[in-house]
Amino acid sequence: MTLSVRNLTFAYRKTPVLTDVSFNAAPGELLAILGPNGVGKTTLFRCILGEQKRYLGTIAVDGENMRGFSARETAHRIAYIPQTHAMTFRFSVRDTVLMGTTHMLSTTASPGRTQERIAEEALEKLGILHLKDRSFDTLSGGEQQLTYVARALAQQAKILLMDEPTSSLDYGNQLKVLSVVKGLAAEGYTVLLSTHNPQHALRYADRVLALLDGRVSAFGPAKEVLTPALLESLYGTRAELYDTPGGPVILPAADQTKERAKQP
Amino acid sequence: MNTVGGRKRRTSVLLLSAALLFVLFFVSLTFGRYSVPLSGVAKILWHRLWTLTGLDRVLPMTVSWTEAMEKTVISIRLPRILTACLVGCSLSAAGAVFQGVFRNPMASPDILGASSGAAFGAALAILLGVSTQFITIFAFISSILTVALVFLIAQRAPGQRTVNLILAGIMVGSLFSAGTSYLKLVADPGNQLPAITYWLMGSLSGVRLSSILPVAIPMAAGIVPLLLLRWRLNLLSLGESEARALGVNTDLLRAVLILCATLITAASISVSGVIGWVGLVIPHLCRKLIGSDNRGLLPCSMLVGASFLLLVDDVSRNLLATEIPIGILTAVIGAPFFIWLLLRKEKTL
Repeated sequence: MTLSVRNLTFAYRKTPVLTDVSFNAAPGELLAILGPNGVGKTTLFRCILGEQKRYLGTIAVDGENMRGFSARETAHRIAYIPQTHAMTFRFSVRDTVLMGTTHMLSTTASPGRTQERIAEEALEKLGILHLKDRSFDTLSGGEQQLTYVARALAQQAKILLMDEPTSSLDYGNQLKVLSVVKGLAAEGYTVLLSTHNPQHALRYADRVLALLDGRVSAFGPAKEVLTPALLESLYGTRAELYDTPGGPVILPAADQTKERAKQP
Repeated sequence: MNTVGGRKRRTSVLLLSAALLFVLFFVSLTFGRYSVPLSGVAKILWHRLWTLTGLDRVLPMTVSWTEAMEKTVISIRLPRILTACLVGCSLSAAGAVFQGVFRNPMASPDILGASSGAAFGAALAILLGVSTQFITIFAFISSILTVALVFLIAQRAPGQRTVNLILAGIMVGSLFSAGTSYLKLVADPGNQLPAITYWLMGSLSGVRLSSILPVAIPMAAGIVPLLLLRWRLNLLSLGESEARALGVNTDLLRAVLILCATLITAASISVSGVIGWVGLVIPHLCRKLIGSDNRGLLPCSMLVGASFLLLVDDVSRNLLATEIPIGILTAVIGAPFFIWLLLRKEKTL
């Protein structure tokens, strides 16, 4: 499914958080969303998920305007993968993934065997079926994140929205989660992923949407868009791009590292 | 195989809780100053059922018990035991629901002011000198209105809905508590004040068979939707955004859950007076037994809650020559029990 956002403008009060944001994401594509803290990435997700509806502009899936969609209709098309966070109550991994199937059920129904099979298939696909009887809160950060991805797969929506999935993971788990996500995009999922790491965007994303002050600062293929100039305008710090045999690498500018080192 | 394991454990815990309640129900009918043996209780109940089917005209049963026995069991003990079960079941269900809705294991059925409202209504009714039936009706209506007021205030306030509800519940609750205190101040210390005080301590004494149906109806009206929505309650406990993204109409679901939980809480308090602790402790205990999934937790809380209150009421009416108000006993039993739960080492699911 193709997600297209046209001229999206949104304000909580008077000052707009998002101004005239336009982009699209197609099946098979991993779109990374970059931007400094507080730039409106989370707000953008809220609008796409229909949690905020008082926006100007259009958000459409395969040409269908989403503004009038119910929560159920949205869940049918878009799955949200949150950052790992503490749960108030302890649910098992199986129940957590099972929750993804809720939008397929009538309001008064509980999941049955069909849904349990869908959930197990999702766990199997990500190679974490052995965790199904564990309590979610006993999992490592990486396993928790994969459980959320499994929940999104059980939801059977074709667009995946990921809010900084790697933010609280160690280096190994970051790369593991990203390569899983990359694989899903290759299978035909449309993946939107916000991240604070330009290197991740460069390595895994097909296209990059850079937001600055609620506006689109750049939108295009990752390797074309991610320039030292863009990074400096986004984050106010200088970085350099190096071509290596393994692909382009972003490093903090050398003189800057020295300056920092000199400081007492 | 493990899929069935989770479900198997759930089924076996639920069956055990149901069996416990069943046994306790019959044993409780034998307790009391006037002794009726278990066999007598069984025969009296069976005779009643047999008469109801109309088959006694064809196959009459031989009566082997005294009329006093039958009167004690049917008119005095049975109504009280049924009410204890209904109240325990409702308060525990409401507690589990409120804990899920507010994502807070410390939430109890009176979190939105249902008890304070009911207390005020009951005190007002006692002050006006109306009959016992009207005290129940006053308490029920006042309880519902209080929660409605809390809901309206929270709806109008900006910001997070659940936080608003809790804050509004505390405010309105304390307002009505102040009102109750004032009513106690102006009440006649000879008869009205003791009546109010006694009502506030909670008691199931004086319940008639005829007074069960009027409370059972609102309880059933609340419990049935809660049971049907129990899977979705799980999602609501994940928080607003996540539940919505998973396809749940959170505003509507929360409103329906609160409405039903309030209905059963108000019905309980209006017949039993203020009984604390049950709604907080029982869902906690059951979470340890069966896990947090409300598919098991809600029915388990209802069964265990009914057994618990029945047991406490047995103690309340049998321990001493004068009856101990059940509200006091639930706290005396509930608080140490809760401390034990807190200190116990947690097991995984």
